[in-house]
Amino acid sequence: MMSDLTNLTITEARDLLAKGEASSKELTEAHIGAMESARSLNAFITETPEKALAMAEASDVRRKAGTAGLLEGLPIGMKDLFCTEGVLTTAASHILDGFHPTYESTVSQNLWNAGAVMLGKTNLDEFAMGSSNMTSHYGGVESPWRKAGDNRPLVPGGSSGGSAAAVAARCALGATGTDTGGSIRQPAAFCGIVGMKPTYGRCSRWGIVAFASSLDQAGPMTRTVRDSASMLRAMAGYDAKDSTSVNAPVPDYEAAMTGNIKGMKIGIPKEYRVDGMPTEIDALWLKGIKWLEEAGAEMVEISLPHTRYALPTYYIIAPAEASSNLARYDGVRYGLREEGATLDEMYEATRGKGFGAEVLRRILMGTYVLSAGYYDAYYNKARKVRSLIAGDFAKAYQKVDAILPPTAPSAAFGMGDKMDDPIAMYLLDVFTVPASLAGLPGISIPAGLSQDGLPLGLQLLGKAFDEETVFKVAGVLEEAAGFDAKPAFLAA
Amino acid sequence: MSVDKETVAKIARLARVRVDESHKEALAKELSNILGWIEQLSELDTDGVEPMTSVVSMTLPLREDKVTDGGYPDKVTANAPEAAHGFYAVPKVVE
Amino acid sequence: MALIKGKTGEWEMVIGLEVHAQVISKSKLFSGASTEFGAEPNSQVSLVDAAMPGMLPVLNKYVVEQAVRTGLGLKAQINLTSVFERKNYFYADLPQGYQISQFLQPIVGEGTIILDLEGGETREVGIERLHLEQDAGKSIHDQHPTQSYIDLNRSGVALMEIVSKPDMRSAEEAGAYLRKLRTILRYLGTCDGNMDEGSMRADVNLSMRRPGEPLGTRTETKNVNSIRFVQQAIEQEARRQIQILEEGGKIVQETRLYDGMKGTSRSMRSKEEAHDYRYFPDPDLLPLELDAAWVEGIKAGLPELPDDKKARFVKDFGLPVYDAGVLVADRDTAAFFETVAEGRDPKLAANWVIGDYFGALNKSGADLHTAPGDAKKLGGLLDLIADGTISGRIAKEVFEEMWENGQEADAIVESKGLKQISDSSEIEGLVDEIIAGNPGQVEQFKGGNEKILGWFVGQVMKATQGKANPGLVNQVLRKKLG
Repeated sequence: MMSDLTNLTITEARDLLAKGEASSKELTEAHIGAMESARSLNAFITETPEKALAMAEASDVRRKAGTAGLLEGLPIGMKDLFCTEGVLTTAASHILDGFHPTYESTVSQNLWNAGAVMLGKTNLDEFAMGSSNMTSHYGGVESPWRKAGDNRPLVPGGSSGGSAAAVAARCALGATGTDTGGSIRQPAAFCGIVGMKPTYGRCSRWGIVAFASSLDQAGPMTRTVRDSASMLRAMAGYDAKDSTSVNAPVPDYEAAMTGNIKGMKIGIPKEYRVDGMPTEIDALWLKGIKWLEEAGAEMVEISLPHTRYALPTYYIIAPAEASSNLARYDGVRYGLREEGATLDEMYEATRGKGFGAEVLRRILMGTYVLSAGYYDAYYNKARKVRSLIAGDFAKAYQKVDAILPPTAPSAAFGMGDKMDDPIAMYLLDVFTVPASLAGLPGISIPAGLSQDGLPLGLQLLGKAFDEETVFKVAGVLEEAAGFDAKPAFLAA
Repeated sequence: MSVDKETVAKIARLARVRVDESHKEALAKELSNILGWIEQLSELDTDGVEPMTSVVSMTLPLREDKVTDGGYPDKVTANAPEAAHGFYAVPKVVE
Repeated sequence: MALIKGKTGEWEMVIGLEVHAQVISKSKLFSGASTEFGAEPNSQVSLVDAAMPGMLPVLNKYVVEQAVRTGLGLKAQINLTSVFERKNYFYADLPQGYQISQFLQPIVGEGTIILDLEGGETREVGIERLHLEQDAGKSIHDQHPTQSYIDLNRSGVALMEIVSKPDMRSAEEAGAYLRKLRTILRYLGTCDGNMDEGSMRADVNLSMRRPGEPLGTRTETKNVNSIRFVQQAIEQEARRQIQILEEGGKIVQETRLYDGMKGTSRSMRSKEEAHDYRYFPDPDLLPLELDAAWVEGIKAGLPELPDDKKARFVKDFGLPVYDAGVLVADRDTAAFFETVAEGRDPKLAANWVIGDYFGALNKSGADLHTAPGDAKKLGGLLDLIADGTISGRIAKEVFEEMWENGQEADAIVESKGLKQISDSSEIEGLVDEIIAGNPGQVEQFKGGNEKILGWFVGQVMKATQGKANPGLVNQVLRKKLG
């Protein structure tokens, strides 16, 4: 179901509200209706319609009084990894059953301070670990896209699958995601929307359920690049409560989108042309190169020689940090508690029952690579390789302003596929993980369709804290690509 | 690197996660596969490379020594599965 | 070196101590919650201390300063770069499921402590390292039949873990180490050292060996909360290990608990399996970089430490080493003494402070700050002794009065008429009277009994209610008796 009010961009909706042509209440009601109609997608774990209406009404009052924030009155989805005060927060896990935080995450608070309205908590892979949203305790999310002539449900990608599906299905004007190895960019590519992971340290991690501390970053998921720029501006900023938060001013990202990229140097990393890459992805990549060249940018072949070690490096570091971050889920202070005769039995029963299979796998992996005798061979080795990977980018950025890789090595696949082979799932992150390891900003924009009519994305990676360049080039790429396909779900 | 059932049991114990006996064999295989895959890192010569401590280039921020937090015991125990007299309650631990 | 004689020969104790000292600070190591002692359960707990989802640590600058200060007080190397690591294990009082500590790169490196032993002997003991870490919460096991209660007030309070080298060889040395360390920490104001309150706890590492042989297997006795118990635990554990070794057995490397009330120790069940802490640098924190100039600034601001103060008291005041040692054991006491000694005979001052003043303090259970007699008043009393207004003996009477009702010494002397009689004609008159009235004793003296002089002195004292100047009395008696 798509009404006039739900098929807007953030920019358009903002104008509408500013001109008084609609109220936040009307806008929010329309989106609540869309959210309810899209329940078959299972994009939301918790819908918060009453809260949304209350926030919308308050927003309309503020607007009448003359104050309007950056996202005033705009209804968005909040990935259920962000702690929201008084609202069930689950991280899509059984182990956080019944957890109602008594506090609000910094990023979500920033959005409410900017006037945004919360439609609900979107679904995700459990504890943000996954690339398909199939591991959620609340069931998988169905992509609003279908292959041409095929009715099989497809995955939206992950871990921010619920947010991606909600935005693609026009249930929300935008939604928050988190990206640790690609969890914003990859689902954005699968769902034909824009997903942005900012530089590590740009957004605060305080109040976001931690997965891998040195990699996690919050970011916006929207339908256009301009929307992404305005949403990131509202989300980002220094937070003294997060010791990894960088104290740098947040620029006006929208203003940076001048549309002029003449003379800019765009790096094409030769190692990203992997074996077995589908031809249609390669073809799209070449199209992207052409579009940027036509806009006046210069393509430069670069080498990121340690690219092929990025995935194994990530799959040592992330599980290691996760195994420690998830130790607090023990049934003592919140969430699920399973009975046990002794404290240890209570721990083992609670965690054994509370965590899903993928989370369990990663906890065990992480525990193993940190354990006595293996620290040097695995974890410390991975940290060294990470330095090499970051070094590759640093060197490349001496020659170029941004880098253009594809986002994912395939389009969306069927729900339930690839569940038997964890490594096949991990390989989906091949183009997104390197930038995560280096802490660099990256955006995915929908650039074309696969043979089956499914969205394919292209990425742009930037220098640290140079999101402005990323948005600028992305805006040009988006214009050139002219992606206007809509998911099958909306046609129904 | 191969991981066997006993190792799975040992790691599960370290991580305080109960793994069903029937599941241990399958997990051992899965973990061995994954470990075998990440094994490729050993091909790389990393002599003299500094392990990455952080992607952010800044110094560790320090906080003033002021009492700015705490004092809300109700909030702290609000989500506890079991609480009593302001304490968290857990199965009795015998030293 | 104290060797223990066993059935099959002599044994040497090798002792190392790990002390956990709570840092004096207003808020915790990584959270802004209060560190005050004794509050309602979970009322001094922030969301960070309770390890709620999404919480992050922020380091307390003053605690870092306190750790550096302590390191400097231990003459130790300050590491300008140090790293916080996670020590991963599960326990109900450890909400994060890990403790933020320091492992490979602690903030302080090697240092030394000088032990003050019996008979004025000293011995140097090495410090291996000092690092910062979070304290755990408290578990209460006796309030419910099937449950333990957890209070996280203490969770996250800053601890300094101070690790000695295994240089101690006797329970006496271990006691001296703890006493000295406590004094230094109190001097610096970095820890109050109150073992009975748990703000300073000791883990004892002990192994036995034949003199000259390599180190044996050690055991660890955790969380001993008094110096006396530490010494007892050492004696006990040494004997336990000797017995096992002499019977041909092997020492199991294990963690033990000492019950001070019962005087027994046992193996800790929960620690039976070897812990794999899986240390790794905490990704929520960057390495701590200290500015060398900042460290120098802290060094310049250090108070005079006990060893230096003791040496100064011996050199400048001519005090015996033992007395100086007693006075510097507490920084406030040393300051008290110096106030009393200023412009006065330091040895007299030392005798009075250590003897009479401390005696009165101990008896009444008061401490220096609540005591009725202050430094100025005591000084006033000493002045009266020094200028001969009263004798040393009378002074003791006056002191008691001072202590009882807080009056000034000269006021008491006036009101009670205790002035020393130093008028020679008065004394001579009295002596003549006594000599005249006691021919028998005069005979004895003249007969060679020197000791009877004391009897005469006593008589004069009696006649004057103790106020006669004893020196003068002796002088006059000798003159008159010949």
